[in-house]
Amino acid sequence: MPTTRRQFLSLAGGVTAAGTVPVVTLRPLQATPAMLNHAIRNIVGEAPIRTGRVKLDIPPLVENGNVVPMTVSVASPMTADDHVKSIHVFNEKNPQPNIGNFCLGPASGRAQVSTRIRLADTQKVVAIARLSDDTFWQVAADVVVTLAACTEEMN
Amino acid sequence: MSAWRAIAAAALFAAAPALLAGEIPRDARRSGYSFMGHDTRAMQDDDTSNPGMLFVLDGEQLWGKKTGSAEKACADCHGEARDSMKGVAARYPAIDKTLHRPVTLEQRINLCRANHQQATPLPYESRDLLALSAFVAHQSRGAAITAGDDPQAKPFVEQGRELFMQREGQLNLACTNCHDDNFDKRLAGAPITQGQPTGYPLYRLEWQTLGSLERRLRSCMSGVRAQAYDYGSPELVALELYLMSRARGLPMETPAVRP
Amino acid sequence: MAALINVPAKARRGDVIEIRALTSHIMETGFRHTVDGKLVPRDIITSFTCRYNGAEIFRADLFPAIAANPYLSFFTVAKESGKLEFEWIGDNGYSSTASASITVE
Repeated sequence: MPTTRRQFLSLAGGVTAAGTVPVVTLRPLQATPAMLNHAIRNIVGEAPIRTGRVKLDIPPLVENGNVVPMTVSVASPMTADDHVKSIHVFNEKNPQPNIGNFCLGPASGRAQVSTRIRLADTQKVVAIARLSDDTFWQVAADVVVTLAACTEEMN
Repeated sequence: MSAWRAIAAAALFAAAPALLAGEIPRDARRSGYSFMGHDTRAMQDDDTSNPGMLFVLDGEQLWGKKTGSAEKACADCHGEARDSMKGVAARYPAIDKTLHRPVTLEQRINLCRANHQQATPLPYESRDLLALSAFVAHQSRGAAITAGDDPQAKPFVEQGRELFMQREGQLNLACTNCHDDNFDKRLAGAPITQGQPTGYPLYRLEWQTLGSLERRLRSCMSGVRAQAYDYGSPELVALELYLMSRARGLPMETPAVRP
Repeated sequence: MAALINVPAKARRGDVIEIRALTSHIMETGFRHTVDGKLVPRDIITSFTCRYNGAEIFRADLFPAIAANPYLSFFTVAKESGKLEFEWIGDNGYSSTASASITVE
């Protein structure tokens, strides 16, 4: 049964009356840019991140944020001496900033990965590639998520 | 645009008296596919990227699996679904000869379970029921919809049509207000389709799973703030039958992908 | 649980081929609540690996932001005939595998 406003107030009052200091820890509803930055630094460390070489194909306007097709590709010869070691994808506003880490190598032949992701809201998606010389390259894209009409009731 | 459609509809109405006022002429009927964006179409077009096919594969397993106290599999009676189920879903809901009323494909599967397999019915929207109905309906992919052609189905088609035309809910909207009168326009950023049920059960990105036409109808009803009919209720079956007869001639797409 | 694997049956040595893998999984995020306010526990695939004749050629760490029924497409160089093996590992001890064979001429 849903809690009415009156019940909620009396519950809240009950807690303070008992002398307990209510400690409320709230998980942030959306990943903040600081969390995004932290998640990126977890992978990259202190190394500089340059812009370029990475291409992120993602629709600028999506029909449903639950399933968003996405392709990351990197301009690389994918040889033993010069290849992409890994691709990392992040988001700005989901509850968690990570989307996926993908490990590749010279056996990949082509530095390209596709998957389908969830975007809780209109936001920025960032893709970062780590090359075999341990340099990092990035690209960002903005995605507008439209909300469908007549969706099912929330549960 | 809508004036043009009215004129076109009026012209066809004169030529084909069977067509009722406000209905979409046959050559103007369009699958929901034609209203989707490129990426969602691509997901449906390629079987190895269509998540609905995962359910079809599960359904294929279930088709061959013995179940119930009769220890019988679907395949024990129906053989190769590729042959025996071809075109079947395109004529469902169909009249059950003993019940004298239309039953949906899901209800037919559960009737088979009760009568021939002596098995418990599968709950609506359960993975197994969706998988089996997707597998059966997939055998009709490409076949033209013929549901409602049975003369015995006529009163039920009519009942479904009345429900389609009837305003309901706090928004006081009928299905026809959006899906006959305003398709191609937008509602909260999403295109309004004609509501042609060509690909059920289908993979809806919103649901992140496969779902039946009844599930879709129920979410439309909650969209207009109406009390949704129960799964398997005569009203939902009649609506499904009318919608399928309204889509007559369009090819089946199961498992379709929709936003 | 079903998986759909797309690997070309035949390729020429040195060709770069696309591999696609789609598998059934709800990918419950761990951020959703039931109507009565209970948190739905996380249940996702956390790792995917592809091996080509035993050698790892692709690996992915997945997070709750990956859509239900995870889809992955990646590439490899067709070097020899043999077997591609796929493995998904996730929460609550989830594990599933699939394989496909390829002829390289």
